[in-house]
Amino acid sequence: MEGIGLNHYLLLSALLFAIGAIGVLARRNVILVLMALELMFNAANINLVAVSRFHPDLTGQIFSIFTITIAAAEVAIGLGLVIALFRNRDVVNVDEFNLLKG
Amino acid sequence: MAEQAAFYIISAIILGGAVAMVTSRSLVRSVVWMVTSFIGVGALFILLEAEFIAAVQVLVYAGGIVVLFLFVIMLVNLGDVQHEEYLQRQWLPALLLVVVLTAEVGFLLWAGSREHGEPSPEQIDAVLRGLDGNIETVGMSLYTDYLLPFEVVSVLLLVAMIGAIYLAKKRI
Repeated sequence: MEGIGLNHYLLLSALLFAIGAIGVLARRNVILVLMALELMFNAANINLVAVSRFHPDLTGQIFSIFTITIAAAEVAIGLGLVIALFRNRDVVNVDEFNLLKG
Repeated sequence: MAEQAAFYIISAIILGGAVAMVTSRSLVRSVVWMVTSFIGVGALFILLEAEFIAAVQVLVYAGGIVVLFLFVIMLVNLGDVQHEEYLQRQWLPALLLVVVLTAEVGFLLWAGSREHGEPSPEQIDAVLRGLDGNIETVGMSLYTDYLLPFEVVSVLLLVAMIGAIYLAKKRI
């Protein structure tokens, strides 16, 4: 049995991304959809850091810092939207957000 | 051998936490599972010799973002969510789609590793030995080569802060 290579990390990241995608597509609660989105961000970060480790170059790590920053900004805006929606419409399920439907 | 054991244990924690998060009915439990998964990802970064990213991961995700989620869950009083339907009607097609996508990515990884192979551990060690230490090198790189993106991202954070404050006002 050989050691842990880049492919192990990439496969783990693909699986984590898949679980996050299922969460985004299948759950009704908008807060959980945002949380599953965070899982997908994390999967992208694992990819970046693993590639920067196995093809030695720090650029991947620098970019994962930027990804974490953008994830934090996205969460702040997303949760602000959730609060605004809850205040105005009193719902938190994504299939009940139908204000734009004609 | 120890690295292999650590990798598989950490992977089990990450994936188990993620699955439990997505399938849990209670939102607060979901958040706790999300913390488990995030801390696992931080441990994985230590295994990948990226100590600075690991520290940032624990501080930002397991610290800040999780607290934000908990605040909103407490703020948005959901009442009795335990008994209502928690999956969309489209969950089966979504599951199938994601399974197919993952199989495709797995096949590409398998085919690509057969075609190209990976750099040997000796090559990697030779490059890593030339670096000072993770935090010093990341800091130097961030403040010299990537100074402009670093400043731009600070403006982005300011924009996000203003947007979040505006959205959370009483009347929009």
